[in-house]
Amino acid sequence: MRELLSGNEAIARGAFECGVRFAAGYPGTPSTEIMEAFAKYPGVYAEWSPNEKVAMEVCIGAALAGARALVVMKHVGVNVAADPLFTASYTGTNGALVVITADDPSLHSSQNEQDNRQYARFAKIPMLEPADSQEALEFIKIAFDISERFDTPVFLRSTTRVSHSKSVVTYDESRIHDERKTEINFNAEKFVMVPMNARKRRVVVEKRMESLRQFAETFSENRIEITNPDVGIITSGISYQHAKDAFPTYSYLKLGMVYPLPVGLIRYFASKVRKILVIEELDPFLEEQIRALGIDVTGKEIFPYTGEFNPGIIEQAIMGKVDPQCRLPEISIPQRPPNLCPGCPHRGLFYVLGKLKVFVTGDIGCYTLSFMKPLEGLHSCICMGASIGMAHGMSKALGEEGRGKIVGVIGDSTFLHSGITPLLNMAYNKSDAVIIICDNRTTAMTGMQEHPATGFTLQGEKATSVDLYALVKTLGIDQISVVDPYDLKAVRSAVKAELNRSGPSVIISRRACVLFKRDKTSPRKPLLNDPEKCNGCRLCLGLGCPALAWRKRDLEQVANDVSSKNQGVAVIDQNLCNACGLCAQLCKSGAITEEKR
Amino acid sequence: MMQTKAILLAGVGGQGVLKASDILCRVFMDSGLDVKKSEVHGMAQRGGCVTSHVRYGDKVYSPLSKENEVDILISFEKMDTLRYLNYVSKNGTIIINQEEIYPPAVNLGEVPYPSDVLEMIGRCFNNVHPVNALALALQAGNTHAVNTVLMGALSSYLSIPSDCWEKVLRDSFPAKLVDVNIEAFRLGRNS
Repeated sequence: MRELLSGNEAIARGAFECGVRFAAGYPGTPSTEIMEAFAKYPGVYAEWSPNEKVAMEVCIGAALAGARALVVMKHVGVNVAADPLFTASYTGTNGALVVITADDPSLHSSQNEQDNRQYARFAKIPMLEPADSQEALEFIKIAFDISERFDTPVFLRSTTRVSHSKSVVTYDESRIHDERKTEINFNAEKFVMVPMNARKRRVVVEKRMESLRQFAETFSENRIEITNPDVGIITSGISYQHAKDAFPTYSYLKLGMVYPLPVGLIRYFASKVRKILVIEELDPFLEEQIRALGIDVTGKEIFPYTGEFNPGIIEQAIMGKVDPQCRLPEISIPQRPPNLCPGCPHRGLFYVLGKLKVFVTGDIGCYTLSFMKPLEGLHSCICMGASIGMAHGMSKALGEEGRGKIVGVIGDSTFLHSGITPLLNMAYNKSDAVIIICDNRTTAMTGMQEHPATGFTLQGEKATSVDLYALVKTLGIDQISVVDPYDLKAVRSAVKAELNRSGPSVIISRRACVLFKRDKTSPRKPLLNDPEKCNGCRLCLGLGCPALAWRKRDLEQVANDVSSKNQGVAVIDQNLCNACGLCAQLCKSGAITEEKR
Repeated sequence: MMQTKAILLAGVGGQGVLKASDILCRVFMDSGLDVKKSEVHGMAQRGGCVTSHVRYGDKVYSPLSKENEVDILISFEKMDTLRYLNYVSKNGTIIINQEEIYPPAVNLGEVPYPSDVLEMIGRCFNNVHPVNALALALQAGNTHAVNTVLMGALSSYLSIPSDCWEKVLRDSFPAKLVDVNIEAFRLGRNS
């Protein structure tokens, strides 16, 4: 079979082919489609766990029972899952455990650009790095073989340009392996990591690393291509493709396994070429280890530390800047920044928060976009779940000065991911901050994934749906209210009331994502703006709604009206408007209405 | 040995840029060529800029194009063409949909929509092919077929038989949309 597959689809395919029937993860760009694709194969178990740490523990357990288990997350998800992973490195896996880390050089949709190859060295876990979809399909199988053979978790690192690129993949549809036999296995010395047992396993880990270093020397995906011996390039992953594109005639050592490194093979390669370049995105991970062998290389002194590479960046770093072929027009082109969708339930809430001049600690979700003009309703964003702890910390540090001025906001999926414990802390330590859960009934930003409050699993089965109100109550928060963010007055009075109250409180701002089909009510007609009534005050434009525009009136009309405000008129794009009604609530001249008059 | 060629598709979220590049890649693959494509998705992209790099040939390494390399730029929005000119090779072809989609700053009346986009581009490039894709899509029967019209316009620059395109189009749309898209493709091809 010959097919165009994304790196993510190829990882799922490869895992299924090699007998993996168990996977867990938490959505996060660019990793999300791996779980979504895997979940569709016959006879598999696949789950969205509430967060990456849970997913990791679920898969450690599945592997302990003998399964081949796949755990999937984006780069920052590994931070959340690091605790169990580092000790699973000591216990070994029994079955097999492969951890996908999907890194995001250039921060296309992430809060940082961390290089997760460092985790391989830190946790003493081998790491493979595919360079395209075909390799993604092959490498995931190799990763499971290594995991079983060496009794270790194995990392497979992808990056955005591997996960989200599509390339031609050939595979044999008849080569599908059955799932592994599972059984209960008692082995306290290996799986109870108290100090006396862990000290022994610690030694096993170092022995395993030594065996893996020997394996790396002859591993077929650590590949040497000697052509022109003047320049030798040591590289891996997508950087190999970019470099090969720009410099097809140089010699290459392409590392399929980036940790541990094949020291002997690197020395051999170094002896065959006159000069060595190490080409890698982000950290000088390979470069520093190769330099430590006493081999002279050129790396980060010419290649950037930040951002993803492409053939042009590599060419420029080596050859210097190329003059453009022709002079392009130098004009400033108006930007198209990402925005909340028309009808987004977050808009009403953040419009109110922006006007109240409170400090809003934010979190990870679509609503983070409301930091931008004109809403400016969010003032910090660090990581999943951080909003609640930060609001509490700010409120405590400010004391009286901060009373009534600190709000934390968090989405429903993010709250269940890592907002529960910090909210418990707020109740326990008598916080004064107000927390708003933006409950849009789904994990919207990554594309509508299920979570424990949606009532469905990843594989589409009905599930229990946690009652957020009851959960918040149980954590010790007594003051809880629920508002509809399509009702500006109700949101304003709820937020003001809670800000004026002492003690912790929670507002659940509840309305389904406007793109979420399952919860969609009957479609409403787009709103209309009556140009006769509109006085051009621009108040509605403060919502930053993509469906709202402002047009100059034609001169004849303006001549009949001396009001300076009345130079223009608001226009509602009938193709974009989702009739949330916020602009109608703001309009003081009653120009915006639902039905055609 | 066929050298690697590069096509860049660019437009605004919601215009069907990614669907078009999926179709294009299938056409190359079915023609027996190697092909890779790359784009970034995940953040709220409605109304934001969307690009898709497509590279094809006997053996393709990188999915990303470098500056001055792209053989054909297909721009789904008039003004946005200007953002990607640095990618286009000197003798490259630029297919421009004449549609104007106003960005927020223009919608709010803060800045005007650039007025002389085609002239500016014409001063730097010789092969510019403007298409009124929205009108042709409407003529075919569905305003959403803008992307298919543009694939039709692109097809006249590639030596791939119509049959191959039409087979992929048939596989890419639900039955009730196939005829509209085949018609949109033909209108684009003859534009």
